[in-house]
Amino acid sequence: MEIPYTDKARPDTGLYNAKVGIWLFLASEIMLFGALFSSYILLRVGAATGVWPAVKLAWPHHLLNVPIGTFNTAVLITSSVTVVMAWASLKMNNFRRFRMFMVMTIACAIAFLGIKSYEYNEKFTHYELRLKDGKAMTGHLEVNGKHPGFWSSADLWNLPRLTSSNITEVKFVADPMVGHEGHGGHEEMTVKVDEITHLDAFIPRNHTFFAIYFTITALHGFHVLGGALVLAYFAFPGSGMWKTNPEQFTNRIEIGGLFWHFVDLVWIFLFPVVYLL
Amino acid sequence: MSLKAFHLVFIVASVLMMTGFSVWGGARWRETGDIVDLCLSVLGGLAAAGLVMYGRYFLKKLKHISYL
Repeated sequence: MEIPYTDKARPDTGLYNAKVGIWLFLASEIMLFGALFSSYILLRVGAATGVWPAVKLAWPHHLLNVPIGTFNTAVLITSSVTVVMAWASLKMNNFRRFRMFMVMTIACAIAFLGIKSYEYNEKFTHYELRLKDGKAMTGHLEVNGKHPGFWSSADLWNLPRLTSSNITEVKFVADPMVGHEGHGGHEEMTVKVDEITHLDAFIPRNHTFFAIYFTITALHGFHVLGGALVLAYFAFPGSGMWKTNPEQFTNRIEIGGLFWHFVDLVWIFLFPVVYLL
Repeated sequence: MSLKAFHLVFIVASVLMMTGFSVWGGARWRETGDIVDLCLSVLGGLAAAGLVMYGRYFLKKLKHISYL
């Protein structure tokens, strides 16, 4: 049995099957990301006023690296241009140009994920420290002469773990104080463990901001990864269909491109909300 | 909605975001005096202008493709 309207549009709707399917799917995706965006904005608005970390429950805004986020935004916008050019190349019967633009799109996806991993590493190796005398600061930790890393959970430290490991003191390189005028240098200090009341990395359990930041950006990152895998399949092993059914293959690229644009559009909203506000 | 129409929506959203980003960078630069903020503001403005020009080129190049 042949399935109708896989390459030609249905006369009454003007759409082929896959286009209806992808828009229904994207509608569900809008609800998913919409719920997370709403959560972020409500948590942000409801946070305590003041400067974090001095005020424990204040929102730690301006903590993310804006130049890096801007570069990643440019990478995703470029990838949207290349994916639409890949589709337009097929419309103009130029398979070589299609493949070239697809490879560029996939390269952009890899660059985006690489840069995002670098940002995650920055957060997982950054610590919040609170002392019994009321001082609160952020910075980098050194335990037994080693700096905690990103890929090994054994490198993540907190106060109970320091105590159970019988570690009596740690080195801490504090960031310049947030909210103070000027850009002071990093202050290196030795801190006794029994003076610490709280120590944790910039990880989801530490603060509501990190919880929602990692949830949204990781979910978006998985969408980028999934989209890149599908586009890579179309560019290489799945491209044989171009010889047997070029119209349906072009439709498949359009569907992949629609998903890719949705993922990029999410980032266009995500970047100002998370990085700038 | 075809990829062509969705791409135009995306470009319009990107232009708006980059314009807002440029304004944000300018406001921050006036507040902090940091040259990085000024550079971000200028880059945002240039990106917004570049995207507008690209959008016009795109419309011209793909005028024979349907919006549906």
